[in-house]
Amino acid sequence: MGMSVTEKILARAAGKDDVCVGEIVTVEPTWVMSHDNTAAIISHFRKTGAKRVWNPDKVVVILDHVVPAATAEYANNHRKIREFVREQGITNFHDINTGICHQVMAEKGYDVPGAVILGADSHTTTPGAFGAFAAGIGRSEVAAIWATGKIWLMVPPTIEIRVNGEFQRGVYAKDLALHIIGDISASGAVYKAVEFRGDTVRNMSIASRMVLTNMAAEMGAKNGIVEPDEKTLTYLKGRAKVPFEPVYADPDAEYERSIEYDASDIVPKVAFPHTVDNVRDVDDAAGIPIDQVFLGTCTNGRVEDLEVVARILKGKRVKVRTLVFPASWEVYRGALAKGIIDTLVKAGAVIMNPGCGPCLGAHAGVLGDGERCLSTANRNFKGRMGNPNAEIYLASPATAAATALKGEIADPREVL
Amino acid sequence: MGRVWKYGDNVNTDVIFPGKYTYKSMTPEEMAKHALEDLDPEFAGNVKPGDVIVAGKNWGYGSSREQAVACLKAAGVKAIIAESFARIYYRNCINLGLPAIQIPDTSGFESGDEVEVDIEKGVIVNRTKGFEVRFPPFPEFVMEIIKDGGLIEHIKKKMGER
Repeated sequence: MGMSVTEKILARAAGKDDVCVGEIVTVEPTWVMSHDNTAAIISHFRKTGAKRVWNPDKVVVILDHVVPAATAEYANNHRKIREFVREQGITNFHDINTGICHQVMAEKGYDVPGAVILGADSHTTTPGAFGAFAAGIGRSEVAAIWATGKIWLMVPPTIEIRVNGEFQRGVYAKDLALHIIGDISASGAVYKAVEFRGDTVRNMSIASRMVLTNMAAEMGAKNGIVEPDEKTLTYLKGRAKVPFEPVYADPDAEYERSIEYDASDIVPKVAFPHTVDNVRDVDDAAGIPIDQVFLGTCTNGRVEDLEVVARILKGKRVKVRTLVFPASWEVYRGALAKGIIDTLVKAGAVIMNPGCGPCLGAHAGVLGDGERCLSTANRNFKGRMGNPNAEIYLASPATAAATALKGEIADPREVL
Repeated sequence: MGRVWKYGDNVNTDVIFPGKYTYKSMTPEEMAKHALEDLDPEFAGNVKPGDVIVAGKNWGYGSSREQAVACLKAAGVKAIIAESFARIYYRNCINLGLPAIQIPDTSGFESGDEVEVDIEKGVIVNRTKGFEVRFPPFPEFVMEIIKDGGLIEHIKKKMGER
């Protein structure tokens, strides 16, 4: 019986010829990643009685959630993390001038095909865009991996999502992701692997594929994955941190379920408050007044995203406060070189430093009572941006830019 | 014996434990005060040790934050029973030593029902409604982690034995 990409990666990591769905395997991860929550993980790690992490070269620590520190407490957490990193000889440490962990994992070449990546963040599904198995875990589990080098994983059934056809003008990977989540629901892929296939996915940039695997978390998936191809290998040239061997699905791989979409059917989408699967066409949202536009995050803060925004905002002025957070310093520099940042500043946008920004509601643009935000992030839960009395709408960067110009949710096809 | 707190489908981690608190150092007692803050403001002040949460599908979806489990454990919740759990939440429950019990249908439970949960035998008895539900017991290694009070304590014990 053929295996899916996820099954093959887990079999290889477990040192087995094959695995079956539901089987529990124990593996040593290629990387175990954590961010600002490393401070709490250190405390858990100390409690285990272990003195040294099992392999300091496999531990990756990236500060991104509240950077620079917003309060003395955050500053002390960061301090504790820097001291631990020195003490343990962890070289894969990226301080506050690097970017959002999921973007940095890609840029710095950690995300390679066939790798097994676990991270203390639910959007650790993102590296799947490179053909890696990548899943989120809790803090105790990261501490346990630090101490033992091992984690148990259940081999998940795989859902195949096959997308063919070309997007219409004004439609992007984010609209496709929202469309899928609206269709299968926020629990549509709980405990499962989601393998994205088809021409549309093949034709996508690496950045757009990362939108799909990032949003797989919002389908409830354990991991999202795209088979590696030439684009993947080109991206990784001179970048990959470790040698790797790509893994492909068997031609007779067994999928629990296969779902097909025609990309040309999809229109710009908006997820209404307070769940990501509350998805409607942009037509149904047009005209809703917005107080803040939030551009960035691990979902949509890359150069191609900012480029679309700049194209729409060029020579115009935003009507509502618009916050822009490049996903990383590499993105920031890329956007500067292309003149994107200049265009956004002239349009009246506030350029913030790379990081998670207000996505998790801790700092840098949290919402006031009764305010509505149009965000390019991946979550719109009640209270997510720091205030349970505010509303968050999710959409693509193009829809966000059109909205910034109008002061109300707007169809990007009108301004492209 | 404990009372049921009944909730619906797709209860996410942000309403169980808001993100604005996740990077603050809090004692378990402080965490308990914020449990379910944006879902059920009555909960934190009225929950009693031994109470049980019963929910529908996809309980605990969203963030990987462990405090969404820790705050309920600190509030005295003895078990969470749901039709399904978000996967990271499920692992976090085991890893913090709070039994997460999956049963096909929770519609027979209502808030305030008196229930008994026996994880060794794999049975939930609803005394108020007069029915019982069986569930498959946890695998041995999961039971060990729960009995040790969570993964960290479990590893500590194992390291001590080495």
